[in-house]
Amino acid sequence: MENKTFSVDQIPKDLLRQGIPGSYDVTVEHDPDDLWEESRMIVNIGPTHPAMHGALRLVAKLNGEVIEKSYAEFGYTHRAKEKLGENRTYHQFIVYTDRLNYCSALTNNMTYAMAVERLMGVELPMRAQWIRMMCCEISRVIDHLICVGISAVDLGAFTFFLYGFHQREEAYTLIEKLCGARLTTSYCRIGGLMHDAPEGWEKEAKAWAKKTLKVIEEMDQLLTSNKIWCKRTVGVGVFNKEQCLEFSYSGPNARAAGIDVDLRRDQPSMFYRDVQFDVPIAQNGDCYDRYLVRMEEIRQSLNIVIQCAEKIKKGPIWSEDKRTRIPDKEVVYNTMEGMIHHFKFFMEGFRVPAGEAYTTFEASNGELGFFISSKGGSRSHRMRIRGPSVWHYQGLVPMVEGKLLGDMVAALGSINVIAGELDR
Amino acid sequence: MEVFDWGVLAIKLGFLLVLLLQIPPIMVWVERRGSALMQNRLGPNRFGPLGLLQSLADAIKFIFKEDRPPGMVNTFYWYLAPLISVIPAFMVFAAMPFASNLTLPSGQVVHLQLADLDVGVLYIFAIGSLGVYSIIMAGWSSNSKYALFGSLRSSNQMISYELSLGLSIIGILMSFSSLKIQDIVMAQAQPLMQLGPVVIPKYGIFIQPLGFLVFLVAVFAETNRLPFDLPEGESEIVAGFHLEFGAMKFALFFLAEYVNMTMACCMIVSLYFGGWQLLPGLPGLIGASGLTGFPLEALRVGLEFASFMTKVAFFLWFFVWVRWTLPRFRFDQLMNLGWKVMFPLALLNVALTAFLIYRGMF
Repeated sequence: MENKTFSVDQIPKDLLRQGIPGSYDVTVEHDPDDLWEESRMIVNIGPTHPAMHGALRLVAKLNGEVIEKSYAEFGYTHRAKEKLGENRTYHQFIVYTDRLNYCSALTNNMTYAMAVERLMGVELPMRAQWIRMMCCEISRVIDHLICVGISAVDLGAFTFFLYGFHQREEAYTLIEKLCGARLTTSYCRIGGLMHDAPEGWEKEAKAWAKKTLKVIEEMDQLLTSNKIWCKRTVGVGVFNKEQCLEFSYSGPNARAAGIDVDLRRDQPSMFYRDVQFDVPIAQNGDCYDRYLVRMEEIRQSLNIVIQCAEKIKKGPIWSEDKRTRIPDKEVVYNTMEGMIHHFKFFMEGFRVPAGEAYTTFEASNGELGFFISSKGGSRSHRMRIRGPSVWHYQGLVPMVEGKLLGDMVAALGSINVIAGELDR
Repeated sequence: MEVFDWGVLAIKLGFLLVLLLQIPPIMVWVERRGSALMQNRLGPNRFGPLGLLQSLADAIKFIFKEDRPPGMVNTFYWYLAPLISVIPAFMVFAAMPFASNLTLPSGQVVHLQLADLDVGVLYIFAIGSLGVYSIIMAGWSSNSKYALFGSLRSSNQMISYELSLGLSIIGILMSFSSLKIQDIVMAQAQPLMQLGPVVIPKYGIFIQPLGFLVFLVAVFAETNRLPFDLPEGESEIVAGFHLEFGAMKFALFFLAEYVNMTMACCMIVSLYFGGWQLLPGLPGLIGASGLTGFPLEALRVGLEFASFMTKVAFFLWFFVWVRWTLPRFRFDQLMNLGWKVMFPLALLNVALTAFLIYRGMF
């Protein structure tokens, strides 16, 4: 075998000083007596590193185990979703929203549908809204279970993760009963839903929620007051209120730093006014607070699911607005007009009146927004998506500055960066 | 030495090697099924009854995998590292007594120990600590930053915790005034106190509870098990020192880890839980058997061996149990724990034991 030689000279000396987009400028105190300043080890963490989810990359200059300087990269799963939104009809784009935050695909579906419905002025019937609300909360629970679980796995607590994972699978079974798919649901339609919930689904959801509440108690007992867990998370990855505002944090990460914002309460859509829930707030903005906020939000969401299951009533799931109503199959197969309508509806899509709207919803990670600008056609003129993870990921570099390598893993796990909505 | 001695030695060596080579596959199975039990899963259950043959399948996979050295490794040390990790792991068992002496009908006495060294405890610690060289070699020769991290962490951790480990057993050595493990085990048969009908024996745990605690924590660190598995902390440094090793080389590291774990459990049992001393109830069983002569002797030795293995099995399970319950420490916290908590506690234990011995308590 040829014996290759490897030299440090091959690495450009000023790799970290070049104005790389995404690098956050932090003033590091230079010690004039530090002779080894130029010979720090530069470690490339990711994208195949186990903690980087296969889609993120952090290049860090390490002094021992301390990260002196770093820059974070993303874009490994970029699929040009926003451009796709300008080339697909409004219905066709629903499947692309599944792949944004794939841990809570339903929330993305619902938010997108809400955005288009708002542009068109379509009113949904009661039952559809209740089902949508339950779906959002179930997927919020799934997402939070994954986040707290994965951040625990990153710190070595594997059993905790699988406790939650079991309930997550049960939740996916509930979702499967709704739409036949588990992960990428595409359950929403503009102005309605794909199918009505099957008979007795509400009761199953309620039973699941009650069971999950018990499991959450177990998980709580296993980890929350564990000494090692507290040592690893308290005061680690701190992002205080000012920094959160600067980096436009939202969702549980912002609430963990004491920013009292929750779009479900502050900008109520669907029937969030009619259910009781609390918005948990913490003060320190460290990994432990983010964990606590998420755990409490799981409980609140489960309570919302239970309340919804009690309040939901039978009824239509489709808006009677002619523009968005998918024709019934009976009409399609038995009448000429119905067939033509069906053909035109799916081949051309429906037209959305000219205008623009930015619609937001409290997704499990934070503020998920769809900006749709329409010029009256069946495809949007411009579409932009605000994925909360983009903003959260920007905060990683200042969060880990001067911290140990192990803290970086804890911090990344706790802000729950989902590559799908980060790269879009 | 006579032919008889050589024969006995060969039989003992063969038995020990077979036993030690069986423990890792069984432990892997216990680890996987046990973790599955704790996590509401099934674990491997396809191959063999209860999935017991899964470890065999894994071993075959390891043997037949292509073993390709990555580019730019330091070949000599890269090949040497797995060997150095596995050889000391097996060597330490030479000084471990598995039962008391067996007297054959011919009157010859067989020691159920490979070598009854006068410095048994020191030998075990000396050889056991050679394992750290393999980790340093593995990390250095791999020419990988993560592997280097792993080996640096590991050497730091092992050297730090070896101090507490060594100091924590000084109390035991002082109490029993011997470095021979066989002597220490035998001394633990004496009664410590009488609680009604129950006689509490003079086990190490009862006279050295603090030392036991320090020892237990330190062996967890020495064997690189959670919560101290920083040298191979998966989410931080991918796989640590054995990152660049594949196939049988990785399997050797794996084997060494489990053999080390077994050794740690043997030490815990021998020093603190009476070694091969019979479990409660078994002396009565021997009395009730009605056997005499050699069969009685064989039954006694057999039960002693079974008692020893039962105790070791419990502690092996304890290792698995802890691994799947606790999260992992951070590196600086690990060092703080080692130097600021474990080390002073071990020193305190030595001072306390010396004081008690001076006052004639033991």
